[in-house]
Amino acid sequence: MSTTTIAGLPGSEKLQSKAPNVAVPEMWETFKSDMKLVNPNNKRKFKIIVVGTGLAGASAAATLAELGYQVDAFTFHDSPRRAHSIAAQGGINAAKNYKGDGDSIHRLFYDTIKGGDFRARESNVHRLAEVSVDIIDQMVAQGVPFAREYGGLLDNRSFGGAQVSRTFYARGQTGQQLLIGAYQQMARQIGLGNVRLWNRTELVDTVTVDGRCAGIVTRDLMTGDIVSHAAHAVVLCTGGYGNVFFLSTNAMACNVTAAWRAHRRGAYFANPCYTQIHPTCIPQADDTQSKLTLMSESLRNDGRVWVPKAVGDERAPADIPEDERDYYLERLYPSFGNLAPRDISSRAAKRAVDSGRGVGPLKNGVYLDFSAAIGRLGKDVVEERYGNLFEMYERIAGEDPYSTPMRIYPASHYTMGGLWVDYELMTSIPGLYAAGEANFSDHGANRLGASALMQGLSDGYFVLPYTIGNYLAPLLNKPVPGVDHPEFKAAEAAARQRYQGYLDVKGTRSPDFFHRELGKIIWDYCGMERTEQGLEKALSELPALYEEFQKDLRVTGDGASTNQTLEKAGRVDDFFQLGMLMCRDALERKESCGGHFRAEYQDDEGEAKRDDENFAHVAAWEWTGDPMQSIRNVEPLDFTTVHLATRSYK
Amino acid sequence: MSHLSDIKLKIWRQAGPDQGGRFESYLIPSISDEASFLEMLDVLNEQLINEGREAVVFDHDCREGICGTCSLMIDGQAHGPQRGTATCQLHMRKFQSGAEIVIEPWRASAFPIIKDLMVDRAAFDRIVESGGFITAETGGAPDANLIPIPKPVADASMDAAACIGCGACVAACPNGAANLFTAAKVAHLSLLPQGQPERYKRVEAMVETMDEYFGSCTNHGECEAACPKEISIDVIALMHQDYRKAKFANRKTLSRS
Repeated sequence: MSTTTIAGLPGSEKLQSKAPNVAVPEMWETFKSDMKLVNPNNKRKFKIIVVGTGLAGASAAATLAELGYQVDAFTFHDSPRRAHSIAAQGGINAAKNYKGDGDSIHRLFYDTIKGGDFRARESNVHRLAEVSVDIIDQMVAQGVPFAREYGGLLDNRSFGGAQVSRTFYARGQTGQQLLIGAYQQMARQIGLGNVRLWNRTELVDTVTVDGRCAGIVTRDLMTGDIVSHAAHAVVLCTGGYGNVFFLSTNAMACNVTAAWRAHRRGAYFANPCYTQIHPTCIPQADDTQSKLTLMSESLRNDGRVWVPKAVGDERAPADIPEDERDYYLERLYPSFGNLAPRDISSRAAKRAVDSGRGVGPLKNGVYLDFSAAIGRLGKDVVEERYGNLFEMYERIAGEDPYSTPMRIYPASHYTMGGLWVDYELMTSIPGLYAAGEANFSDHGANRLGASALMQGLSDGYFVLPYTIGNYLAPLLNKPVPGVDHPEFKAAEAAARQRYQGYLDVKGTRSPDFFHRELGKIIWDYCGMERTEQGLEKALSELPALYEEFQKDLRVTGDGASTNQTLEKAGRVDDFFQLGMLMCRDALERKESCGGHFRAEYQDDEGEAKRDDENFAHVAAWEWTGDPMQSIRNVEPLDFTTVHLATRSYK
Repeated sequence: MSHLSDIKLKIWRQAGPDQGGRFESYLIPSISDEASFLEMLDVLNEQLINEGREAVVFDHDCREGICGTCSLMIDGQAHGPQRGTATCQLHMRKFQSGAEIVIEPWRASAFPIIKDLMVDRAAFDRIVESGGFITAETGGAPDANLIPIPKPVADASMDAAACIGCGACVAACPNGAANLFTAAKVAHLSLLPQGQPERYKRVEAMVETMDEYFGSCTNHGECEAACPKEISIDVIALMHQDYRKAKFANRKTLSRS
């Protein structure tokens, strides 16, 4: 039972998942039968703020508005449709078993728990697998043009970490099509007047009054106006923090600010060291590089990964004979081959490059070769499946992947860690929720491909709209603090001071300069491979660099009109504090699991060695005012439905 | 990897929506040919901040050609010289040393300038809000395989749905018309069986909202040439056809009720 407290683990009494006390497969049905309801006519008396308009945010805002709640939705983009969910390429998982290949809710649940290296909560993951089937139904009804077979039924493909075909896709633009679907549903509610949209508006603080979340403070990115918004509940759907690495596949504006500001107001931040390094990105080409581009994992269905067997082989790929190539994933992981999970594939690529067998002008990549697939299927079929990805590759790398293998290398892509939430997706601040990538709940220490879209839509469409009523029902007709409450006024004043502060430093270095330096430290010491020594080095360098940031930052322009340099300064400030917490979390977790690979904890073959005895728990950090002094609380993870096992893909 | 040298930039600078604007000239002494066009602007902004000047404001986000946030008229062409390519996917290898490049914001009265190269494209959202959706409230959907959709139909819908909403079609149009954008949204939904119940209501509402903000289409075809997703102008014909039908169909429905 997940509400048990384990004696001796610090802070475990503060972290109750509140999942129903029944067997895991029955929890969600039990919760829905027992939860409190708000009468349809009373829903309009409640105001809910949704921050972020990606898959989780747009679907939550739309559904909550359909139910009758008053919704205010916030995005820092010009349009809700720009959110970074749009960039997801490969697909979305669902346990539909349309292929009749043995898929089931239990199998999707098991694959996700195992893929996450047994570091996720069973209760939440089972619910995710249960509602996955409803997501596909919902998205098709909304007009998402998923790929079809000639007979008109939905097509599926397989993805890393699974041995069934359960991934639904819309060419290489699945995220775009799903987001447009959710955005259109929200747009309908905006048109009907049920959702009020605040675009180009960024959250700069959350406000808590008498222990409950009372609203947020925002900054208008066009005028610099700082404004308070009061509500009965606030939902943060503000994505992950992968941009802490500076170079990542995240969009340029992705940031941790909303989650971090909530953390500073008392929301626990869970497992920040669980970051995903995606194995198939286009390698860095030069020093001015501002971001890295992902090549969908779906490419590994038909592409074969290899490097030359010989160190320092300078020949063109076509000139290297078959027997002088090392198809290392097929060699090391015969049963999953090129579809080994992301963390495993990434580390294997790093080892290949570190061994001096990297390819490309900077020797910083491995080949992803389609010649066998083109030979087997013909160019037309390959083009049909991956055409837009091949085009994108050619535009960026200047090489034609139909005739020469792609070059790929791992890059920061997704963050499994995030705000700690209970079974109802509520953070440790009552009334403040976190959904989608912003929370920590479903992916454990590693996320499987095509599961991020599933989680965002699950949270927004099928979980929050139920669980939020359970919190709101007892608040009916009770007054809530307005924006004239002193707590709002104090938060507004602090925000004004904060942004004026960046302008007033008048140092010599831009926010981007510091972001790059910060990213380098985090990538070197808290990236694909971590060591105690490296993390301690990072923790000695970060505070010094942060101090320099505070003393030597230069933000030109003013605070009363659009100023992207100023926006960036605030985001980099929060990334610094998060970076310190990430390194501390990585240092304290003395085991290897999923995306968190501590070089000290590996077996003879270099595979991650988990320590279930001491670390089968969630680490949820509590803010104390100094990111170097945060308190580590622990939520034990009980496994009653699956058995803890060594994760093997051999 | 090689470098380009002495890139001269003429960039539109405008302090705010109601202020006058002007071109300013800048020099990029050296840039890698692997750099993207926007990374070249990052380098410029870094230079400007170092000199204590204000950075150039421009919209951008995913830099993968999918979010539709980036814009820019580059030498008078929406998204620059490379066909089927958004500004963020344009790379400096398409330019030569010593080039003079003129960079302006989207030019369309429906997209007012916010600052420098950033414009307000909210009118697109208003079009979608007026009807660009299928009413399917959460929870009531039937099984996804209940209605088979022939592959060519799903593909045609997807071709239209690939629109990234960047606004290049409007910026390229001499009339500032948004027909390609609106028609792509209409076609995406009206080609699908799920989109049939609201087909005529949708097209009427969207076209009429479009007309409130944007100019009229006179079949120049500049929109198709500028579209980074190469959406075919055929969707406009589909939209016109449906709009004409809608005028009759909707009137008939009204008279019945």
